Amino acid sequence: MNYLYAAYAAAWMIHGSYLGLMWKRYREVKRERDALSGGL
Amino acid sequence: MSVDFIRVCRATLTKDLRLEWRSRDVINAMLFFALLVVVIFSFSFDPTAEESRHIAGGLIWVAFLFAAVVALNQTWARELRNDVLDAYRISPAPANALFLAKAIGNFLFVSILELLMTPLFVVFYNLRVLGSASSLALLAALGTWALVVNGTFFAAISLRTRSREIMLPLLLFPISIPAIIAMVNGTTAILTGEDSARFWLVLLGAYDVVFTTGSMLLFETVLHAE
Amino acid sequence: MRRAFPILAVATLAFLGYAFYAAWFVAPTEQTMGNVQRIFYYHVPSAWTAFLLFFLNFVASVQYLLRPSEVGDKIGKAVALGIAALTCVGAFLIKPLPYELEPGAVATTGIMIAGIYFLVRGFFSERGTDILALVSAEVGVVFCTVVLVTGPLWARPVWGIWWTWDVRLTSTLVLWLIYVSYLMLRKLSTSGETPKLAAALAVFGALDMPLVYFSIWFFRTQHPQPVIGGGGSIDPRMLRVLLINWLAFLCFASLVCWLRFQLETMKRDVEETQALEALLEPGALR
Repeated sequence: MNYLYAAYAAAWMIHGSYLGLMWKRYREVKRERDALSGGL
Repeated sequence: MSVDFIRVCRATLTKDLRLEWRSRDVINAMLFFALLVVVIFSFSFDPTAEESRHIAGGLIWVAFLFAAVVALNQTWARELRNDVLDAYRISPAPANALFLAKAIGNFLFVSILELLMTPLFVVFYNLRVLGSASSLALLAALGTWALVVNGTFFAAISLRTRSREIMLPLLLFPISIPAIIAMVNGTTAILTGEDSARFWLVLLGAYDVVFTTGSMLLFETVLHAE
Repeated sequence: MRRAFPILAVATLAFLGYAFYAAWFVAPTEQTMGNVQRIFYYHVPSAWTAFLLFFLNFVASVQYLLRPSEVGDKIGKAVALGIAALTCVGAFLIKPLPYELEPGAVATTGIMIAGIYFLVRGFFSERGTDILALVSAEVGVVFCTVVLVTGPLWARPVWGIWWTWDVRLTSTLVLWLIYVSYLMLRKLSTSGETPKLAAALAVFGALDMPLVYFSIWFFRTQHPQPVIGGGGSIDPRMLRVLLINWLAFLCFASLVCWLRFQLETMKRDVEETQALEALLEPGALR
């Protein structure tokens, strides 16, 4: 049973890490866009 | 193939061979590296004569693979240093004639390495070919071409990357896995005489056809993409 | 799409929640394996999704290479239509089909391949196909990682071993390695035309996969070893839960891909504007 919990948890940790990475990069790009003089 | 193609190919090939003959940089580096790999492997494994026939296939090809990477990494170094690639891009010479010349050059370098290293392997691991030696030669030729054709192509792709020397093996090794499986298992089959290597020879042949065609078609794109 | 996103996100989350509930409480318990078998409802859909995404990457890469030239574009369209036609004709003319394939399935697969090709061509610009290739490779690697992690966690309690070098597992591992190397090239390349180089690599990788599968398959017929997760028929109730989970993950993958696509588009727009501003004076673009 522990393996069952571990597998489901691992799956969502992997997806979660990717989404987290995307969010971090989104914040960086947004900061750069706002830093452009006058914006796009 | 047009006369132009063959002329460009031969000119580039003879130039590379002549330059290499004068300095012998690549061959020396490859030889010494392969020798080191063999010695280190012999500390990791301590096989009996019977066992060594079973694992020698794998050991030999891993050593040749690593040594080939040494040759492949310098494939375009000279061209890059002297801006020759720019000249090539502008010239009307067919791009894949250049590619073929480089691939054949690498093939010759690695083949010479294999010919020089094989007696050493036979000595260190007390090998004897129980199967057909001509099949082994054919297998070695097909396998070497498989490594070299993709290696030359990926060396061109890796030209403009950070950590260029590590990018080449990173790209080459995964894609070469079927060829490596075929080379290792075919060699083991021939050395032990237990199985027929025919499937592996056919697979390597197919691999060579597919990737030679792919490289020839896509090299122009890669050359202009630098 | 942007306005519909919050609703779609909530709907997908609800669907995923329902799929999870179905996997744990609705699906019957497997006789020999017990509850651990429920990992199967995440493992298999992730694999199918990963393969679909990698196929999408292949189509996008091919288009990125072919579409700029008119001849290339025509060749691409002709090949796609040819595949559809050949599979439809072959599915019903060749009797019986090898490997016990169903004619309907073969024909549908052929039509879907052509369909995906033309959909990508219709909905994505040339720059779009490059971003699509990057996105599908990234999300594909994420799902493939899930497959490679959940697989051993399922195998260990059921078959006693974490891993075996059989055809399916090894092929999946090699597929993962090839696409990770693709992503590394994308990241480390400093060339101005990285998309073209990456597309060439993707084509090579796709051409390689049948050879990978065959070489490992033959090796394993000569040197058989325990096969884990073997086939066999499946209880219809389990099949239903499996498909529910697959659909839920497809929706999830689509949303993640869409998000990544928007992020990449935004990033490239910002980079272009930054480059332009470096040439002109600041504020000149307002």
